[in-house]
Amino acid sequence: MAKNKVASLEEALAKCHDGMTVMLSGFTNVGSPNKFCRAMADAGLKDLHIIANDAGNDKADGIGTLIVERRARSIVASHVGLNPKVAEQMNEGTLEVTLVPQGTLAERIRCGGTGLGGVLTPTGVGTSVAEGKQEITANGRTYLLELPLRAEVAVVKAWKADTSGNLVYRRVAKNFNPMMAMAADFVIAEVEEIVPVGELDPDAVCTPGVCVDMVVQL
Amino acid sequence: MEGRELIVNRAARFLRDGDLVNLGIGMPTQVANHIPEGIEIQLQSENGFIGIGPTPSAEEWDHDVVNAGGQPASILPSGCTFDSCMSFGLIRGGHVDATVLGALEVDQEGNLANWIIPGKKVPGMGGGMDLVAGANMVIVTMEHCDKKGNPKILKKCTLPLTAAHEVDYIITELCVLHVTPEGLVLEELAPGVTAEEVQAKTGADLIIPEHVGCMV
Repeated sequence: MAKNKVASLEEALAKCHDGMTVMLSGFTNVGSPNKFCRAMADAGLKDLHIIANDAGNDKADGIGTLIVERRARSIVASHVGLNPKVAEQMNEGTLEVTLVPQGTLAERIRCGGTGLGGVLTPTGVGTSVAEGKQEITANGRTYLLELPLRAEVAVVKAWKADTSGNLVYRRVAKNFNPMMAMAADFVIAEVEEIVPVGELDPDAVCTPGVCVDMVVQL
Repeated sequence: MEGRELIVNRAARFLRDGDLVNLGIGMPTQVANHIPEGIEIQLQSENGFIGIGPTPSAEEWDHDVVNAGGQPASILPSGCTFDSCMSFGLIRGGHVDATVLGALEVDQEGNLANWIIPGKKVPGMGGGMDLVAGANMVIVTMEHCDKKGNPKILKKCTLPLTAAHEVDYIITELCVLHVTPEGLVLEELAPGVTAEEVQAKTGADLIIPEHVGCMV
């Protein structure tokens, strides 16, 4: 019988600590653990090193909350332009920003969770993204060697989970979730609904429950 | 037709029946409204779906569906959703036939700069670098000169690049330029525009063939 992964918000927050590296899923707050981000800020977590596609915005709760409330030391992202607080804190020197092309970010996280030592991509060749990276020519084309990304904690967002942690995503809210759910030491899933085992169609499960440590309904 | 309408209308006629296309934010998005009759294309949104439908009303909007600009969107009945690895796999893997996007600068070698103005605007490249490196055909649509009248089409880009040697066509309100190994070939002129005028407003030397077509 699969283990019951259902946890309370407090139990999940207890797995988070100041200064941790944390992956936060989503794309402009869609498929993001927005409520858990709010709870992380309320719990006083700080000095976070965030890995996310973007920095949300400075209005709605989500990844942006952690930036607005100055809980992040650094962020690795593909786009930060919708949250003006990022540029503000970067210019003050209080937030370190590393920009990574979106497709490369997705692949680096996939590598981190799937035992690959890196990925060769044509994206960024001949640009500032290539600086300091190893270039490899294969079959006549030049690629950048992009290395895996992992985190101590990943917080993903799913539509439904069963009690064993199997996750189903909805519509365009998949984005970085399946990769992040594999690329951290501890994986928390914020979900809209928890159902008993046996209720999810196995074909619909996108993230196997074995990847998920805690499921929190928020 | 003139100005932006001329640009996006011309860009639309580069697309072939059955193409999978990714349109950038701003002027390129308008290309979708100018697809010629008899041509059907599919639009990709790199945040994770194919089949971009009409912008929904506030009541109809499914909050799990946004476009690559984070704005409310809808998915056509033929559409499908996927994660970011699949989405960019489609882009880099040669499955996206064309991308249309804007430029801050573009040069005669097909280099494109459109993601950063150092010291001013640092929003991040998002999916732009992957798209330009990955799409089979890269079409730049833009105003020929900047707001001060300075050329944006140059011998060599001065801003940090989005991608090197990837641009195929440049479409402006004045002309269509084809990026070739020899340089920029003036393929078409907007009605009433002369090759001399385009050359005067371009920072690179143009190759002007004997026959130059008319943009319509």
